[in-house]
Amino acid sequence: MSQIPTTPAAKTSTLVPQLSLFFRWRMILDKLVRYTVAIGGISIIIAIVGILLFLLAEVFPLLVPATITQQGTYVVPGLVEDRTLHLAIEEQNEVALRVTDAGYLTFFNTLNGEILKQEQIKLPKQTEIVTFANANAKRATFALGLDTGRVLLVRHEYESSYDNNQRHITPSVIYPYGEKPIVVDPQGAPLSKLAMQEGDDGVTLSAATEDQRLILISITKKRSLLSEEVSLERNTVILPYPSAEVTHLIIDKDQKKLFIASSGGNLSIYEIQDKAQPRLLQHLVVTHAGAQLSAVAALTGGNSLLIGTSDGHLSQWSMVRDEANNDQLMKFRDFDPLQKAIVQIVPELNRKGFYAIDEAGELAIYHTTAERTLLHQTSVGDTIKRIAISPRANSLMLLDDKNTLTFWRVHNEHPEVSWSALWNKVWYESYQNPQYQWQSSSANDDFEPKFSLTPLLFGTLKAAFYAILVAVPLSIMAAIFTAQFMSPRLRRSVKPSIEIMAALPTVILGFIAGLWLAPMMEKNLLSIFLLMIMLPLAIVFAAYSWQRLPAWIRFRVPDGWEAALLIPAVLIISWFVFSIGPYLELTFFHGSMSEWLGNPNKGWSINYDQRNALVVGIAMGVAVVPIIFSIAEDALFAVPKHLINGSLALGATPWQTLTRVVILTASPGIFSAVMIGLGRAVGETMIVLMATGNTPVMDFSIFQGMRTLSANIAVEMPEAEVNSTHFRILFLAALVLFAFTFLVNTVAEVIRQRLRRKYSSL
Amino acid sequence: MHGIREWFKSGTPWIWLNASAVSISLIVVFGLLYLIMVRGLGYFWPSNVVALDYQDKSGQRQHLVGELWGSEEVSSETLRANGYVVPPDQLFVTRYVLKVGNRDSYGADFQVLIKPGISNQQQPSDIVVVVRREWGNFYGHLLAIKENGNVVTSNADSVWQEYLTRMQRALELHKNARKIEREDIGKINYKLEKLRTKTRGLELKGAFTATEKAAIEAEQERLKQERGTFEAQLTDLYAQIDRDSFTATIQDGRVIEVPFNKVINAYKPNSMSVWQKMWMYAQNVWEFLSDEPREANTEGGVFPAIFGTVFMVLIMAILVTPMGVVAAVYLREYAKQGAMTRIIRIAVNNLAGVPSIVYGVFGLGFFVYILGGNIDRLFFAESLPSPTFGTPGILWSSLTLALLTLPVVIVATEEGLSRIPRSIREGSLALGATKFETLWRTVIPMASPAIMTGLILAVARAAGEVAPLMLVGVVKLAPTLPLDGNAPFVHLDRKFMHLGFHIYDVGFQSPNVEAARPLVYATSLLLVLVILFLNLAAIRLRNHLREKYRALEG
Repeated sequence: MSQIPTTPAAKTSTLVPQLSLFFRWRMILDKLVRYTVAIGGISIIIAIVGILLFLLAEVFPLLVPATITQQGTYVVPGLVEDRTLHLAIEEQNEVALRVTDAGYLTFFNTLNGEILKQEQIKLPKQTEIVTFANANAKRATFALGLDTGRVLLVRHEYESSYDNNQRHITPSVIYPYGEKPIVVDPQGAPLSKLAMQEGDDGVTLSAATEDQRLILISITKKRSLLSEEVSLERNTVILPYPSAEVTHLIIDKDQKKLFIASSGGNLSIYEIQDKAQPRLLQHLVVTHAGAQLSAVAALTGGNSLLIGTSDGHLSQWSMVRDEANNDQLMKFRDFDPLQKAIVQIVPELNRKGFYAIDEAGELAIYHTTAERTLLHQTSVGDTIKRIAISPRANSLMLLDDKNTLTFWRVHNEHPEVSWSALWNKVWYESYQNPQYQWQSSSANDDFEPKFSLTPLLFGTLKAAFYAILVAVPLSIMAAIFTAQFMSPRLRRSVKPSIEIMAALPTVILGFIAGLWLAPMMEKNLLSIFLLMIMLPLAIVFAAYSWQRLPAWIRFRVPDGWEAALLIPAVLIISWFVFSIGPYLELTFFHGSMSEWLGNPNKGWSINYDQRNALVVGIAMGVAVVPIIFSIAEDALFAVPKHLINGSLALGATPWQTLTRVVILTASPGIFSAVMIGLGRAVGETMIVLMATGNTPVMDFSIFQGMRTLSANIAVEMPEAEVNSTHFRILFLAALVLFAFTFLVNTVAEVIRQRLRRKYSSL
Repeated sequence: MHGIREWFKSGTPWIWLNASAVSISLIVVFGLLYLIMVRGLGYFWPSNVVALDYQDKSGQRQHLVGELWGSEEVSSETLRANGYVVPPDQLFVTRYVLKVGNRDSYGADFQVLIKPGISNQQQPSDIVVVVRREWGNFYGHLLAIKENGNVVTSNADSVWQEYLTRMQRALELHKNARKIEREDIGKINYKLEKLRTKTRGLELKGAFTATEKAAIEAEQERLKQERGTFEAQLTDLYAQIDRDSFTATIQDGRVIEVPFNKVINAYKPNSMSVWQKMWMYAQNVWEFLSDEPREANTEGGVFPAIFGTVFMVLIMAILVTPMGVVAAVYLREYAKQGAMTRIIRIAVNNLAGVPSIVYGVFGLGFFVYILGGNIDRLFFAESLPSPTFGTPGILWSSLTLALLTLPVVIVATEEGLSRIPRSIREGSLALGATKFETLWRTVIPMASPAIMTGLILAVARAAGEVAPLMLVGVVKLAPTLPLDGNAPFVHLDRKFMHLGFHIYDVGFQSPNVEAARPLVYATSLLLVLVILFLNLAAIRLRNHLREKYRALEG
C-alpha cells in the first residue's frame, strides 16, 4: 500500500515542488514511525521477558560451585629450613603470616612473598617450641607450647591506613598475657599437645604433657577497680589421662567444653564451665573400625566438631540436648570422602563451611548445613602440608612439602544453598532432629542460617487452598445462577457489583481481615461453623416455603429474581445464628469455643491463633471470588443458546439442562477460571501479611497461621543485604512465584482460547 | 402442588442454592463497603464524653471520664474466670471500652469496664476535650487560664471564652513558626546541601579553584547568617507560644497544667448542638484530608499520603501510556499476525496475573540497585556514598507499577484497536493517507476511549497496590514531599507516603493500634472511594465506547 502515493508524487513533483517535498517528508515520517513503533513495541515485549531473565540472572550465582584461581607462587618467606607451625592471612588478603618452630614471625606480601616484617619471639634461653595451638577466632591469638611446660600467647594484628587513596596495612605483634611464658605444667615437662581458646576476659588452655598428664588451666584477667592494673588469676586442674595417647585437644569457643581425642578414634568430652570442676559428659568412638582419627576442628560457633579420618572420611558431629537435658555429641552427617588420610581441616570464620586436605594433596571445600561439596580439586600442588584461609574465606594459601607457597583467590559466594538445604529436612546444629526451618537472620554472629523454602511453600499452598475452598463454591455457584437463571435486568447490575470487588485494594481486605474479622471470629467461632451448616439447609427450607406460598404472592416476583429474594433470608439466618451462637458456646464450650479448643483441661489441645488459616481463607476467598466469578460467568454465558433450548425442548428440566449440557460445555472455562483464581491466591501478599501471624510453621491446622513466599519477600527483602545469599534466595522465592503463576495462567489461557474456538464452531 | 420429593428431583432447590451464592456475594460486597463507610465516617464525629463511677475487680471505686469507644457482650463465665465479680443471674455482661485519654497521666488511652460495675453515669456539659500534639486527647474540667504562670481568669463563665482566644493565638503563632521552619529554614538547608555536593563534585573533577572556593564559602556564610536570623525569629515565636497555659482537673481529681503550645483543638462535646457537631465534623474531615500526620501517624491527617499516592500514580500514568500504546499498536497494526503474536498476547495477558510482589522484587533488583546505582555513579558521584537514585524512591515505584499495569493498558488498547472497523482504515488509506497518518488521525483518536479505559483501570490498580511499593520506595513517614519550592521542584529520587501503605503501617505496625483503628477505617474509605470512582469512570467510558461503535458498525 505504501507504493500507491509514489506515482502521484512523481507527477506532481514537476508542478509543485513543495508538495513533493511534503510527500517525501510524509513518506519518511511514515517509515520513521514504523521503525520506531516496531523497535519500541519489540523492546517493550523484550522488557517483559527481561523480568524473567533478570530473576534468573539474580538466582544463578546460587548454583555456581566454588572456584579457585592462583595468584602467586613463591618459596616460603623467611628461613626456609624451619618447620612451619602456622600460616595466616589477614582480612584484606594482602598480608600473610608464617610462624616457625624457631620462633620467627614473618609477615609477607601474599602476591609475591616479599617480606614486610620479621620478628623473633623472645624466648627464654635454651627453650624450644614444641607445640602450637590456634583459637580460630576473630581475635587472631595463638599459643606456643614450650619444652619447659610453659606456654606463650601471641597475637597478630593489622592496621589499615590510607594515603592518597592507597591502602597500607601495618602488621604488629602483641603479647596479650605478657612476654613471659605462662607456666602450665608446674613439673616442667614438655607439652606434646595443646589447645587454647580466648575470651574477652581470659584464656583457657589445655595441654597434654609428654609424660602423659592432662592439664586444664584457665587464666582470668582481673582489673582492679581503683587502678588500671591487671592481675591474672589462674586455676589449674589435672584431668585423668585417657588410656590411649592423646592426639588432639580442642576447647570450644565459649570455653565450656573440652574435647580430648586419643588414638583409636576415642573422644572424651568434658564440661568445663566450672573451671575448677570439669565434669565428664560423654565418651564415645567417632571413627569406624580400622580408621584412625587424623584431623579434628571445631566448626565456627563451637557447637560442632569436624572429624577427618585416616582413610579420608569426613563427618560432622554436634552437641544436642536430649529430653533429659543432657548434652550429647551426635553424628550429623558425612561428607564426600577424600582419597587419603585427612591432614588438616580448616573451618571458615563466618560461615558454616570448611576446607579439608588429604595426604595426596587433594583439596575440598564443603558447607555443612547445605551438605554441599563446593570444590573438589585433586591437582592443587604436589603434596600439601598445610593450608590457611583468610577471615572472609575469599583467599587461600597452600604450603607443599617442597616449601613452595601458593596463594589463591577463592570465589565461593553462596555455599549455604543446595537443593537439600532449600527443600529437604536439614539437621541444624543443636536441633534434636532434622527439620524444615526458615530463619534467615539473627543478631548472633555464629548463627546458622536456615533457608528451607519448604515451610514457606507449604504456607503459600495452605493459604491458597483455604482461599480456593471458600471461593470456588461461592463464585461458581454464583456464576451459574447469574449466567443461566438470572433475569437480564438484574444481571446487568449484579455482575459489575461483584466485579467491583476485584478492584478493592487487597490492603483493605487484609486490614479488615486482621483487625475486624479475626477478633470477631475468635469470639464467634461456633456461630461461624454453625452458619456454614445452617445456611444451605435454611435456604432450601426458605425456597420450599416460598414454593408453598399462595400463587398471587409468588407471581409478584418474576423468575430470575431468586437471588434478590434470598438476600433478606440470608441476613435473617445469619442474624439468628449469631444471636444464638453465644448461648450455645456457653452451654457446650464454657463460654468460648476458641479458648476451649486450646485448653486441654476443658476440650482439645488445638492451639487457636487469632490470625489463622480460616481467616486468611475467607479474606483471600473474598478477594478471589470476583475473579473466578467473572471468568466462569463469561464461559457459562457464552454457551450457545441453541444447545440450551434444544435440551429444554427435549423435556429436560432447567437443572438437568444445566448439569448435563451447560456445565459440561463450559467446564474448561470454569477450570481456567479456577486456575486464574489459584494463581491470584498464591501470589497475594497484603492479605496474608496482615491476616496471619507470619510464623513459618508447617501445620495443617485450620486454626494456625502460616508464612507465605510472598509475605516473606515483603517482610525480609527490605532488610536483606544486597547480593547476599539471603537476597538471592528471596529472588528465588520470587522466581518460584513467577514461574508458578505464569504456568497456571498459561494453561488457563490456552484452555480458554480453545473453548472460544469450540463455541464459535458450534 | 408438588410433593417435596419431586421438588427435590426437579432440581429447583439446587437452583435456589446457586441463587443464594449470588446473594451471599452481594452481601459480602456491600457489607464490606458498609462496614468501611460506617466506621470510616464515624471517625470524624465529635462524640459525647461520659463521666461515671466504676468499681473494678478489686472493689476499688474510681471516677472515670472518657468517650465510649466500643462495647461487646461477654459471657459471665469467662469474666468470672478472669476474676470479675458478676451477678449470678446474668449469663452475659456488656463490656465497654472507655477512651479515657490523658495518656501522659495514665499510660494507656483505654480502660475496659463491665456494666455491673458502672454507676452514676452522666454527661456533664462542661467537660472539655483537648486535642493535643502529643499524648493523645485530654479530657477534663477547665479550671483556669494562666499567663507566664499567673492566673488570668478562673471564673467559670469566662474561662472557656478566654481559653478559645488564647488557643487561637497560640495556633496562629505556631502556624507562623512552622512556616519559617519548613519553608524558610528548609530552603536554606536545601541550598547548603546543594553547595556541599557542588564542592564535592568540583573536588572530584579536580576543578575546585580558589575563586570557586571563595565564592562558595561566601555563599555558605550568607546562607548561614540568614538561617541565624530565622532561627532567632523562631526562638522568639516559641517563647511567645509558651506564654500561656491552662489548668484542668482530670478524672481522679488531680489538677493538671497543660501549656497551649501542645494544643491543636478543643471542644465541649456535651454542650454542642447537632449543627455545631456537624460543622465540627466537616472541619475534622477537612483536617484529615489536608493535614500532616501526628504521633507516629496514628492521628492527624493523611495529606502527604494522598499527595504521594496521586503523584506516584500520575508519573506512572505518564510512563505507562506511551509504552502500552506503542506495544499495542505494534502488536495490532504493524506486526505480522501469526503464532508469534498469539504467543506474545498470551504472555502479555499472563503477566497481569503475575504476583505484584514479584514486580517489586524486580524493581528493587533492577531499577533501584542496577539502574539507580549506575545513575548515581555517572551523574551523582559527588553525593556518594549516600545514594541519590540508588535507593528506593518515587521514580522507581512509578516505573515498577508502570510495568505491573502495562498488560492492562496493552490489552485494553488492543481491544479498542480491534473494534475499529476495517472500512475506516481502508477509507483513510484510499484517500492517500500514509499508514502513520491513518493511525494518527483516525485510528488512535477512535481508540482513545479504549486507551483511556485501560489507563484508568491501570491507575485504579496502581492506586491500590502496596506490596511492591514496600520494596521500591514507600516509607511510613516522609519528611518532604516529592514536589516542593526548591529547584528543580520535582524530586523523583525522594521516598514518599502512600494511602495503602499507611493503612498497613498504622493498622499493624503502630504502637497504639486500638486508638488508631478509626483512622485506618477513614483512610480505607478514602482509598476505596478513589478506586471506586476510577473504576466506575472506566466502566462508563467502556459503555460509551461500545455505544459509539455500535452506531458506526450499523
